[in-house]
Amino acid sequence: MEKFISHTGTAVPLRRSNVDTDQIIPAVYLKRVTKSGFEDGLFAAWRNDPEFVLNKPEFAHGTILVAGADFGTGSSREHAVWALQNYGFKAVISSRFADIFRGNSQKGGLLTVVLPQDDVEKIWDAIEADPTTEVTVDLEAKNVRVGSSVYPFEIDDYTRWRLMEGLDDIGLTLKNIDDVTAFEKKRPSFKPLTLPAKI
Amino acid sequence: MQVTRGDIMGKTLAEKIWADHVVREVAGEPDLIYIDLHLLHEVTSPQAFDGLRLANRQVRRTDLTIATEDHNTPTLNIDQPIADPVSRLQIETLRKNAAEFGVRIHSLGDANQGIVHVVGPQLGITQPGMTIVCGDSHTSTHGAFGALAFGIGTSEVEHVLATQTLPLVRPKTMAINIEGSLPQGVTAKDIILAIIAKIGTGGGQGYVLEYRGSAIRELSMEGRMTICNMSIEAGARAGLIAPDETTFEYVKNKPHAPTGADWDAAVEYWKTLKSDDDAKFDVEISLNAAELSPFITWGTNPGQGAPLSGNVPNPADFTDPEEVGAAERALTYMGLEAGQPFKSIKVDTVFLGSCTNGRIEDLRAAADVLQGKKIAPNVRMLVVPGSAKVRLQAESEGLDKVFLDFGAEWRQAGCSMCLGMNPDQLTVGERSASTSNRNFEGRQGKGGRTHLVSPLVAAATAIRGTLSSPADL
Repeated sequence: MEKFISHTGTAVPLRRSNVDTDQIIPAVYLKRVTKSGFEDGLFAAWRNDPEFVLNKPEFAHGTILVAGADFGTGSSREHAVWALQNYGFKAVISSRFADIFRGNSQKGGLLTVVLPQDDVEKIWDAIEADPTTEVTVDLEAKNVRVGSSVYPFEIDDYTRWRLMEGLDDIGLTLKNIDDVTAFEKKRPSFKPLTLPAKI
Repeated sequence: MQVTRGDIMGKTLAEKIWADHVVREVAGEPDLIYIDLHLLHEVTSPQAFDGLRLANRQVRRTDLTIATEDHNTPTLNIDQPIADPVSRLQIETLRKNAAEFGVRIHSLGDANQGIVHVVGPQLGITQPGMTIVCGDSHTSTHGAFGALAFGIGTSEVEHVLATQTLPLVRPKTMAINIEGSLPQGVTAKDIILAIIAKIGTGGGQGYVLEYRGSAIRELSMEGRMTICNMSIEAGARAGLIAPDETTFEYVKNKPHAPTGADWDAAVEYWKTLKSDDDAKFDVEISLNAAELSPFITWGTNPGQGAPLSGNVPNPADFTDPEEVGAAERALTYMGLEAGQPFKSIKVDTVFLGSCTNGRIEDLRAAADVLQGKKIAPNVRMLVVPGSAKVRLQAESEGLDKVFLDFGAEWRQAGCSMCLGMNPDQLTVGERSASTSNRNFEGRQGKGGRTHLVSPLVAAATAIRGTLSSPADL
């Protein structure tokens, strides 16, 4: 996973709440067996609408998505994270994320920043007033900077450390695999096994 | 058993299961949790197996892993190659991965193929007190057995394949108490739709929901699965119901149920799996079962629901400006007018199936309403059993004939129109009454309009052609 320390770019205002993972990428686009190529499915239902924010030339190249509350609800598809990343997004800001989406984003190095809705509204206003406004999402300093405004955010230290180091969870767990083996020795015999198959 | 936090105070059911699965606990880090069962399907696993191959890793516990094909599978002509080449590739990739890594798989055509959350319980590999994960958000279904079960992303699928564990932050707990008896014609689906309307699609975020109370204890396992299934629609990764005699009876004699001395030891353990009387939940809410009635959704998220007896709400009546905007957008998308009675809404398609309501009891309930009736003109009805075994069971009871005589289509098992990954989709502007779990824009097909309903409401709607309950017949 790529390290995430700080990212500066322009931002895209998505003034909608409850953007579920079927909106981020509809099921018919989930059929690839790779982690790339999902950008075509990103917000597919809205991409034909000239009024949709990503179709406006001034917002077409943003790398930070600023969305309404409850972003990423619904399905557990990590394809939603890949679609955002494949399109070029590095970070998403919202006042509330669905749990599974947030977990997926943190595994893949897409930074999800939680800010109060008031701050989200101020950022929307700023980037709509001037779409070229430089926005920095700084994980090291734990703040978002929009022009001269600074919006601090919270993130747990462990996740922050993992993202800043670009660490892979599996590698971390395998360092403690002896604990797993010890745990397995204590598992009760009545717990079911899938093999050999009984039908 | 390891001594952990909270041993002085009583524990909730979720806390007990959690404590029994902690492999490693270090301050400032997520707990490392052991996973008892990992369910796989074709959509969220290919990239995880790829990751294993790249790192030269194996599946640690093939004997705690099982795969089935469900999301992409066609529900017609399953004896022929899958027509859509991309769907076919995804299914073939799962088969290849299962063969290469030694994972048990139930493929299309096998009697145990079907929706992953229907297959686990019917094989008896879903049991109380387990931790169960799958790359599918409706894994919460298995919580009906008193198992801590939740959906994960593909990175986590890879993590479980490689280590049989997950690093997880301990969730908060919410008790949802539903006391009283359900009125005639009100089902588990109506309970959960009412709960989601009450707490909203984000109300459960960060929590494990434990459904409690006499109305829950009176439910069958199928009904309990319907409720836990939609916990994710309230934002909660997992829902739980304490196991009881109903649970034990359901598990007993299933192919993978414990036997002999193991059965006795298991039941003894399972009986400890309930929240202690002095356990503290972070949040508690209550509903009176006697006040519930058939429920439907009118909008584009599962929280936008209301009793079927009412009218389409006026967006201006919501207090939160976000909700006003969301309701306005929803009515536009759904093609509805504020004030219009729900029962005047005409539907084009009725879908009976999914991991929410595709089990045998759901098919029996609908067939009971449809028996001897004819489908409304210009309405199509798809009946899609949750698994091949449910289909066989239904056929042995003659339910297929009831559906066919009524004018419905009797299909093969799979996720089907719940998410429209296979050819079973709505067209632009087409309206459905669907027993599935999500009414998101485009969920059942681009431009499709979904009303979530119970199997009883689905059946009555297919008869009348407008949203209806059996009481309207």
